[in-house]
Amino acid sequence: MNNANELNELRRIIGLHKRLDLLFMVAGIIALMIAILTFIALFAQMLIDGMPRLSWDFFTSFPSRRPESAGILSAWVGTTLVMIVTAATAVPLGIGAGVYLEEYAPKNLFTEILEINVTNLAGVPSIIYGLLALGLFVYQLGFGQSVLSAGFALALLILPVVIVATREAIRSIPIAIREGAYALGATKWQTVSDHLLPYSAAGILTGIIIGLARAIGETAPIITIGALTFIAFLPPSPVTEEFPYISFEWLTAPFTVMPIQMFNWVSRPEEAFQLNAAAAGLVLVVMTLTMNGLAIYLRYRMRKNIKW
Amino acid sequence: MQNSTESNQYKSHAKALNFYYGAFHALKNIDMALHDKKITALIGPSGCGKSTFLRCFNRMHDLYPGNRYEGEIILHPDHVNILSHKVDPIEVRMRISMVFQKPNPFPKSIYENVAYGLRVRGIKQRAVLDEKVEDALRNSALWDEVKDRLNDLAFNLSGGQQQRLCIARALATDPEILLFDEPTSALDPIATASIEELIADLKDKVTILIVTHNMQQAARVSDFTAYMYLGELIEFDETDTIFIKPKHKQTEDYITGRFG
Repeated sequence: MNNANELNELRRIIGLHKRLDLLFMVAGIIALMIAILTFIALFAQMLIDGMPRLSWDFFTSFPSRRPESAGILSAWVGTTLVMIVTAATAVPLGIGAGVYLEEYAPKNLFTEILEINVTNLAGVPSIIYGLLALGLFVYQLGFGQSVLSAGFALALLILPVVIVATREAIRSIPIAIREGAYALGATKWQTVSDHLLPYSAAGILTGIIIGLARAIGETAPIITIGALTFIAFLPPSPVTEEFPYISFEWLTAPFTVMPIQMFNWVSRPEEAFQLNAAAAGLVLVVMTLTMNGLAIYLRYRMRKNIKW
Repeated sequence: MQNSTESNQYKSHAKALNFYYGAFHALKNIDMALHDKKITALIGPSGCGKSTFLRCFNRMHDLYPGNRYEGEIILHPDHVNILSHKVDPIEVRMRISMVFQKPNPFPKSIYENVAYGLRVRGIKQRAVLDEKVEDALRNSALWDEVKDRLNDLAFNLSGGQQQRLCIARALATDPEILLFDEPTSALDPIATASIEELIADLKDKVTILIVTHNMQQAARVSDFTAYMYLGELIEFDETDTIFIKPKHKQTEDYITGRFG
């Protein structure tokens, strides 16, 4: 008798707890939906507004006073060039710093402070990097309001992302693999270049792409260093017809980038420019999503042969 | 000439060896000899320091900060103290190879796994690499199973095959001593038997030091056995003596399974 009572009591308690389970599940779904639906709504709005403006001409025209003939040529070329500088700077510096911190640095107070700072750098507001770039690259080093200054500014911004991704990718390699290499008489550099870097390439690459995807949409630091908002010419081509067939003049050219072009159009009163902004935003979002997709794909491809 | 007789009979001597992980005194005053071209087994309960001792022989402890050796491990025939600060740990690791507890092939091809120790030494000629890789794979009884798929990924091999691949990798560079750190603890009984057979076959070529938590394994494969407890070498003798009439009560208790 007593037993049956206890059992009923037990069932009542379990039922109560399960209701809490259900409650939390519903709350979780709602939270998720708020996040996702907001994005979908924004994206859909942009799609509806911008889609009709997307055409070949939109990509091959310079900005114009007449909204129907304005395009994003200088913006996407500028973004591409800035990204090239950013990647070329942030990738070797970030991987180098990450490998050093993870494999070479002695474990002491100094390196510990360094490590905490690297992680904190990722949280510094991007406009601060803009100010730094304005003072250092634009004026002090005399690079001017150029592709080079912008690329360096964004490289600084994403450096912590690349460093942290490199460290985490290297750290996920089992100690047994590392010891296996050392036990065969490999030096530190042989272990790093023959094993640690190749095996962590997928993770590092993901970090790089995610960093670049963040950089591509950054507006504040680019405005701070003084990118032009209306620009009707392209930087000089990196490939020339005469010897040595390659030119770096584009590095010092004035430029604009996608988010700034958008910002410029959004601030215009005419309705038609708003549609241009939506179309440019659509292109920007698709660029970012493509990069993230590429990161996921590469991660999957490169990790297929590595099981641990 | 005491030294010359020593070097004929012995491959290595640990003399008054102490080892510290930071403040922790992990190995206490160990004196022990490795007989040339013989198999020496290290047994003892978990945490007794047998793996720590083994890893002194290829200076693995140098990879981590805060570790400290005292005393000597002399390697014959050149009587060099491999623990000396003047001796580069990389040189030691090139002379003394190691096989780990869990098979740890690199995520590379079977061929590249075996060739890696040679590549580290700067050997690039394809013919030399081919020959040494084949020799090592034959000596580790893996050649017939993998000769048609040397470019396959090492991860596609079974656990036992992976461990034999790791043995081939360690053998490819003609080491003077081969260290085994519980090489069968992650393997099934059939793979274990094949690895044990292989180890027994290898002693004609190389001096072997093996850590094992499995006393039957020590009894089956080794010529000499050392029993360690709490960082001390309690007893060291021919394996038959250790297992049939150990001098110390403690050794007997461990071997008969009264503790451990």
